[in-house]
Amino acid sequence: MDQAIIQTKNLQFTYSAGQEGQEESRCVLNGVDLDIEAGSFVAILGHNGSGKSTLAKHMNAILLPSGGAVYVNGMDSADAVRLLDIRRTVGMVFQNPDNQIVANVVEEDVAFAPENLGVPQEQLRRRVDDALKAVGMYQFREHAPHLLSGGQKQRVAIAGVIAMAPRCIVLDEPTAMLDPVGRREVLSAIQDLNRTSGVTVVLITHHMDEAAQAGRLVVMSKGKVIADGPPKEVFQQVEQLRSVGLTVPETTALLWELRQAGLDVPLDALSDADCAQALYRLLA
Amino acid sequence: MALRDITLGQYFPGRTILHRMDPRTKLLLTILYITALFLARWVVSYAVLIVVLAVMAAVSKVGLKAIVRGMKPVVVIILITALLNLFYTPGREIWRWGFLHITAEGVQTAIFMVFRILLLITCTFLLTYTTSPILLTDGLERLLGPLKKIRVPVHELAMIMSIALRFIPTLIEETDKIMSAQTARGADFDSGNLIQRAKALIPLLVPLFISAFRRADELAVAMECRCYHGGEGRTRLRVLKFQFFDCLALFLGAALVALIVALRRFGL
Repeated sequence: MDQAIIQTKNLQFTYSAGQEGQEESRCVLNGVDLDIEAGSFVAILGHNGSGKSTLAKHMNAILLPSGGAVYVNGMDSADAVRLLDIRRTVGMVFQNPDNQIVANVVEEDVAFAPENLGVPQEQLRRRVDDALKAVGMYQFREHAPHLLSGGQKQRVAIAGVIAMAPRCIVLDEPTAMLDPVGRREVLSAIQDLNRTSGVTVVLITHHMDEAAQAGRLVVMSKGKVIADGPPKEVFQQVEQLRSVGLTVPETTALLWELRQAGLDVPLDALSDADCAQALYRLLA
Repeated sequence: MALRDITLGQYFPGRTILHRMDPRTKLLLTILYITALFLARWVVSYAVLIVVLAVMAAVSKVGLKAIVRGMKPVVVIILITALLNLFYTPGREIWRWGFLHITAEGVQTAIFMVFRILLLITCTFLLTYTTSPILLTDGLERLLGPLKKIRVPVHELAMIMSIALRFIPTLIEETDKIMSAQTARGADFDSGNLIQRAKALIPLLVPLFISAFRRADELAVAMECRCYHGGEGRTRLRVLKFQFFDCLALFLGAALVALIVALRRFGL
């Protein structure tokens, strides 16, 4: 168990009446048990209101559990004394890049988190430069953030979290407000981080194709985990996914239809190339 | 509506000596200059101050055009001040028409007053034209640093100011979007009398405020995620350093005040 960077135990969360504009208290997380292994790339998939964002906010103590517990690198998230340690271990990136950029200049913004942590000035420079290089935004370091594109802004936001040197990054629908180009930029930056720096990535999303790129896929519905495993396996549960209002990738959908029609095709051909191979074999 | 064209902060990027000077030096110099300005009594002093400012403006390469353009909004204030001084200064009467009368002293005060305001504005303009808003807030935070001892929330104020500056372009963009959206729904922002126009702004301001509050909320969470916990123990990426040149500039500034005080003694 010691290699789980984030661990939730029977995590429950209820918005009490009057909070966040709720008319009456509403149970959002209903017993979530999840271990996120250090160095892994986990996607959490779910429909609106499935509780996935609420789960994400528990991962660095923005929200505290109403029941159960969350452990970050062994630290109880409810322990106020360890709050800063928890937040520097698990960084978080949100949907709207405009609302998480603090400073007027890209490099100043990236420096914000390490500045808060009191990183000495000589190291600060290097951290900022390294973080900006890691997301490919180094040449924009002296620009004003509001003149950047959405994808560039989101990469700056990611750099701002990396500069904190976290062991894990939780991204809450980081591509939801971006155009396709911006989405690709952000996704490849995330993958690079996971592969080259070994940072644990938790990607909250409702895009199937993004989820398909993760090493592990967790599907949530109504505050519970309903499926958990490698994307290839999870996506085979086509009927269950559809029953909670999620679609499956088009490749899986096609193969599933063919199977329903009685043809012998594998369901785990997720990528376009694999799917084409499967169809080719069927026709040959 | 070309809302996007508004340049706020009025900063003109550049690499002149004035641009590179420490913002704290510039702030202090501005204060020294204004002090000298209010101590100036007669033509000689004003001449000295005008020459000093002209040299600075030339060095900053901001250009006369930009300075004159910046004067436009204050023309009315200058005129009113001039007229009040012209008509209401008691002294030797040189002209009378009905209840209006102009005195020799009035003419003199009015002229000096106009120059005083013009120089005051030009000098603060030079400060904001040559200093980026971030450096300005940074400089203010450092200068006011000692006030922390008497519990003035200097860091917090500087933070609020820099976040406000950061969000101005974002909110302008948002205003633009809401305006287009409301125009598409038939809202009319450009016609009618003053009251009608003010009323037309309601469907613009309400969504803008709501979204600003939502942004503030999200920003606060994002800042917490990045371990923000007040000014305590913070380090800075960019450290301001007084250089020899800054000391020299401050010395010259102090010398200017001394000179004006001396001239005042001789009634100049």
